[in-house]
Amino acid sequence: MRVHIDQEKCCGAGSCVLSAPEVFDQREEDGIVVLLDAAPPAELHDAVREAAAICPAAAITVEQVERV
Amino acid sequence: MTTVEPIDVENGAGSVEALGTAGTAGAVGNSGTIENTSAIGNTSTIGNTSTISSTHRPGTTHATSDPGSAPLASESGLVVPVGRGDGCPFDPPAGVERVRREQPVARVTLWDGSSCWMVTRHQDVRAVLGDPRFSADATRPGFPFLTAGGREIVANNPTFLRMDDPEHARLRRMLTADFMVKKVEAMRPEVQRIADELLDRMTDGRSAADLVAEFALPLPSLVICLLLGVPYEDHEFFQQRSGILLSLRSRPEDIRTAQQELHAYLVRLAGSKRERPDDAIVSRLVARGELDDDEIASMGRLLLVAGHETTANMTALSTLALLRNPGQMARLRNDPSLIKGAVEELLRYLTIVHNGLPRIATEDVTLGGVTIRAGEGVLCTLNSANRDDEVFPGGDALDVGRDARRHVAFGFGVHQCLGQPLARVELQIALETLLRRLPDLRLDVAFEEIRFRHDMGVYGVYALPVAW
Repeated sequence: MRVHIDQEKCCGAGSCVLSAPEVFDQREEDGIVVLLDAAPPAELHDAVREAAAICPAAAITVEQVERV
Repeated sequence: MTTVEPIDVENGAGSVEALGTAGTAGAVGNSGTIENTSAIGNTSTIGNTSTISSTHRPGTTHATSDPGSAPLASESGLVVPVGRGDGCPFDPPAGVERVRREQPVARVTLWDGSSCWMVTRHQDVRAVLGDPRFSADATRPGFPFLTAGGREIVANNPTFLRMDDPEHARLRRMLTADFMVKKVEAMRPEVQRIADELLDRMTDGRSAADLVAEFALPLPSLVICLLLGVPYEDHEFFQQRSGILLSLRSRPEDIRTAQQELHAYLVRLAGSKRERPDDAIVSRLVARGELDDDEIASMGRLLLVAGHETTANMTALSTLALLRNPGQMARLRNDPSLIKGAVEELLRYLTIVHNGLPRIATEDVTLGGVTIRAGEGVLCTLNSANRDDEVFPGGDALDVGRDARRHVAFGFGVHQCLGQPLARVELQIALETLLRRLPDLRLDVAFEEIRFRHDMGVYGVYALPVAW
């Protein structure tokens, strides 16, 4: 899994941090999303997908990467 | 609060568009304790207490047809705000639920005889609120207002709740750091202390009280005052004014007066922070130097109203819903680790922003098989979306074990409640503390005697007499 964020779109609601705190954080100065782990381990994939689904600003996209 | 982008103070009978509450951890940590605020004991309840008629339907007749409008098939016959009638007071109005099942994107009639669209399904509500082609700018001609008073509110000093990006984002980002998850999590000990002190006082030598006046309202009110740097001893003043702003029954002239008084109060407060700065939000906005005092006062009004009305009503209504669902209450009491999920479920089930969030299309958009034309208004009903069976099977039942995280009780899109992390912490602490400390908590009146806030922009109960 490869995670992308768009800090321009982010509105700082923080729901991603509640869903997957290992992967998302918020910038000190304005609460905008920060990506902690762009390739999270498998056990976090469900939480990351949930974070993307509930992001109100569509600022998180998740790409499935095929392993070769 | 709620921070709604909170209370849609802007739409009068508002939609607390989701702000929650706000604030810096630091501000809370060092400021006033309950001891300093003498009036906590018996504050009046939120808003006016005029009689409530659940069948109140302003402007029922003469649905003026709207030019160039929708196909006849989508005319629902529904007049908004929609009354609940005799239905369960926790459920969305039957008329709205009927529309969700039969015509998910429907034409409805507003109080003034004009018409707009109502969007009721979960996926459609998210689609509209998440789409920048639907504007929140209430100065656009054709913007749907729920009341005449709502139109009055946006006439002066609009907040970013009723703006679009990029201006909305510029202003909102001045506040987002104050409500970010880690700041709010750091406030837990302070919120817990306030909750415990309020319950100490409420239960001292007594066995019954009004939970709204003595716990549900003062808790978020104290917290938002600390965050903003507003003196809590002024709470009767601002709670009375915010009650007027949020009432669907307020006359436009009363809305104007209440808004002016609140605005003048906050302009004076901004001035006083310039003289004697502190580390709370209003003072920091002043120090930032990017906003004039009118703009700071508008922002302060949004946070102040949204910051206490929303969470206060969610706390009281959640308590009532649990008392009416004793099996769920017992489950939560026996397993406090359920509290976070239970709060999400209560947010979903109760959805206190019970009138639709207003938007206006800036382009033609096809949704649910109909075309919404540029310039047409849309109301997105969060309460019906949160009962949508396709997302929440069996959604008419309260189930504290449900995964309800996809609810839209805080709205959706870039205007989603700014204060939601704080609202969550306050609700988790308030409900957990209440259930733990009052094992025999019960209603002190018949359920039928409870007066619900049908006539307010933020739903809830006017009072909740309980015993323990």
